[in-house]
Amino acid sequence: MLRLERRPSDSKLMMALSPVLAIVLTLAAGGTLFSVLGHAPGQALYTFFIAPLTDLYGWTELGVKVAPLMLCALGLNFCYRARVWNIGAEGQFIMGGLGGGWIALELMHLNDIWILPLVLLAGTVCGMAWAALAAWLKTHFHANEVLTTIMLNYIALNALLYAVHGPLMDPDGFNFPESALFTESVTMPLIHEDYRLSISLLLALLVLAVMWTLLTRTLLGFQISVLGEDEKAARFAGFRTRWLTWMALLVSGALAGLAGIAEVTGPLGQLSPHISPGYGYAAIIVVFLGRMHPLGILFASMLLGLTYMGGEMVQMDLTLPKSITGLFQGMLLFFLLACDVLIGYRILPASRQNPQTAN
Amino acid sequence: MNRLELSGITKRYPGCIANQDISLTVQPGEIHALLGENGAGKSTLMKIIYGVVKPDAGEITWQNKQVVIEGPADARRLGIGMVFQHFSLFETLTVAENIALGLPAGQFRNRAELKQKISEVSDHYGMKLDPDRFVHTLSVGEQQRVEIVRCLLQNLQLLILDEPTSVLTPQEVGRLFKTLRQLAAEGCSILFITHKLEEVRQLCDIASILRHGELSGQCKPADTTTEELARLMVGDDTPLFRQFDKVQGGSPILEITGLVHQPDDPFASPIRDIGFTVNAGEIVGIAGVAGNGQEELLSLISGEARSAAGQVKLHGRPVGRLYPDQRRKLGVGVVPEERLGRGAVPSHSLVQNTLLTGFGQMVNRWGWIQRLPLRKLTQEILDKFNVKAENIDAQAKSLSGGNLQKFIIGREVLQQPKLLVCSHPTWGVDIGAAIVIHDALINLRDQGAGVLILSEDIEELFKICDRLGAICEGKLSPVLPASQVSIQRLGQWMAGEFTESASNQGAPAYA
Repeated sequence: MLRLERRPSDSKLMMALSPVLAIVLTLAAGGTLFSVLGHAPGQALYTFFIAPLTDLYGWTELGVKVAPLMLCALGLNFCYRARVWNIGAEGQFIMGGLGGGWIALELMHLNDIWILPLVLLAGTVCGMAWAALAAWLKTHFHANEVLTTIMLNYIALNALLYAVHGPLMDPDGFNFPESALFTESVTMPLIHEDYRLSISLLLALLVLAVMWTLLTRTLLGFQISVLGEDEKAARFAGFRTRWLTWMALLVSGALAGLAGIAEVTGPLGQLSPHISPGYGYAAIIVVFLGRMHPLGILFASMLLGLTYMGGEMVQMDLTLPKSITGLFQGMLLFFLLACDVLIGYRILPASRQNPQTAN
Repeated sequence: MNRLELSGITKRYPGCIANQDISLTVQPGEIHALLGENGAGKSTLMKIIYGVVKPDAGEITWQNKQVVIEGPADARRLGIGMVFQHFSLFETLTVAENIALGLPAGQFRNRAELKQKISEVSDHYGMKLDPDRFVHTLSVGEQQRVEIVRCLLQNLQLLILDEPTSVLTPQEVGRLFKTLRQLAAEGCSILFITHKLEEVRQLCDIASILRHGELSGQCKPADTTTEELARLMVGDDTPLFRQFDKVQGGSPILEITGLVHQPDDPFASPIRDIGFTVNAGEIVGIAGVAGNGQEELLSLISGEARSAAGQVKLHGRPVGRLYPDQRRKLGVGVVPEERLGRGAVPSHSLVQNTLLTGFGQMVNRWGWIQRLPLRKLTQEILDKFNVKAENIDAQAKSLSGGNLQKFIIGREVLQQPKLLVCSHPTWGVDIGAAIVIHDALINLRDQGAGVLILSEDIEELFKICDRLGAICEGKLSPVLPASQVSIQRLGQWMAGEFTESASNQGAPAYA
């Protein structure tokens, strides 16, 4: 049998290798799954992971998925570095879309250059406000943010459902639970008119650069990391831990809200019950798969974005259910957490444990 | 017949050898000292004897019979008892309940019989103990008695004590030694782990000295000078002792008046009306048994805990409401008791840990970190304080205790504080590092800073402090020039007897 032995210090190699190992294991498990379902594993994996990216259109569609994932993940990353476990990016995303979308519906008949920025700002503020609820509950009542943010996700979703079935439903929409289509003045400009990809990807890349700088070059980023690693040291140094907790949640809420409104005013073009295919949850996986590093998050959001496209592809080509996307995302996180054990521990054969029984 | 014989005991841990081919014997009724610096492998060896750790190689012979000790229960069955440095007692249970938990089932018919036996044993060995008291109401010395009595209730042949005196006042040390001598006279062997040389010379029949995991020598302490013992402990190339002049301080830097504090933690000690002053160019030492308010006092000075503004003054300015970073700007440096997990972030690099308290100087007004000066300062700490680390990007947790302590003290000292507050400056640090640290503190004093030291190490306090006091249950004794304080008097202060007339019975000679 095998046993685990604590390493003298954390392995940097395993830190980098663990996501790769997790991806390989996910592919292996996924291939096995496909073959059990009666499909040639190689062919099915090709359909899932390669086929979506065989043309330029596929790559631009990947960009459409990467932008919201990356925005949510960059915010969560900031939060998780402070060990504040915001699971509520999904709800903050929805509130950003809903609040910003409402403003968009109110203002969309005006034709002015500042309307879109105002709408984006409104969405950002709504996401931030939703996270502020959790921050307030945490700092004033010591309510665990994991629980409050998850519960706020459901409240947000129901608020959205209420809005699109009620006050924000399109009066000319044949009673479909959808808002009116947005006009051009509240729509994100496209990067190229032949594709759905909007400038939200550029926005996400800009945020990436800003967050990277913030985390590595500024006192605020340092304070956040100290709070996360060692709260006693943060107090010893005189950092305002309560204020930092607020900052962590507000920043991540704002970025999730921005992702939400950019999605609604971008590829969707209206409010509907399904404005998020679980981006807020997938972003959690992105953060851990990306090793809590901005560059890693870029690659990890590409991989997670691909699982959405792969899911649609196998649904079309192999008539498998689209929920296979969630399965792959779940397996990735599962294998990643398992492989991360090897950062702090190494595996040895158990026989060395009792040497003196040989005496 | 030997009571215990070890031969060729070897234990390796990843990255270090804790014990290398150690052989020694313990006779019945012998008080055997196991002497060595921190990290020399004393505790590992004792844990091997008590069955907590299994050796990689070597044999243990007990009463002429070779044995494999599978665990502490096995060791207790053989008649081996151990009192650890950190007690394993439940604070919310009574003495009798705690003792009952450690006993094999069926040893006593009922609780009354157990209580009677506890009283009997504790009286016999002069360790008064009330079986019905709750453990959290006992002093540390009394808690130690509970641990010892627990061992004595079994047919005890060998008692292992891991640094038993580090938590005791000098008077309590004297009483403990009396008990141990009585035990030995009745035939029980005692293994006494320590790094305090004077205690070995007072108490022990024979001493085995460990250095870097190996047995570096054996001697009869009575015939050996303290210098010779120390030389065996640290090797040939380390200077041993240094004397420092005592000085008189200048104008007040830190003034504490009527300081009171009630901590949130019910087991922490409240601070009861403390008042004292630290002047420029002097070192003030506060002795005390752990858990008598030192932690809370340090937090109140550092700013981690806050008091009424006027109760703490720096340069005459009330600072009781200020946060740690604000007090740092006024020239306060702090070395807390916990190095990893408060004084330094374990997973962060040394550079980042320099920033932890150095951000006042190393961050510009836009919040940008000045990376090059920061790296330079970190390198300077490593060079000036002889910190052994892979490089400045090494994780704090990869450093040994002594090196990390040198790093933390260096970090604070190089920021040129006007007041340095230092908890246990050399606790767990080897002699070489202790010398570096003492020199740094004296230098800082001579440059005109005020230094406040909170320590349990009385030898150290007498060595470097210009004025001395003691804290007990959150109250402070008078703070007097070191030359006017005897060891006996300091011991009484540590036990809470602050009045002059208190008798000085039972005080052991330290010097």
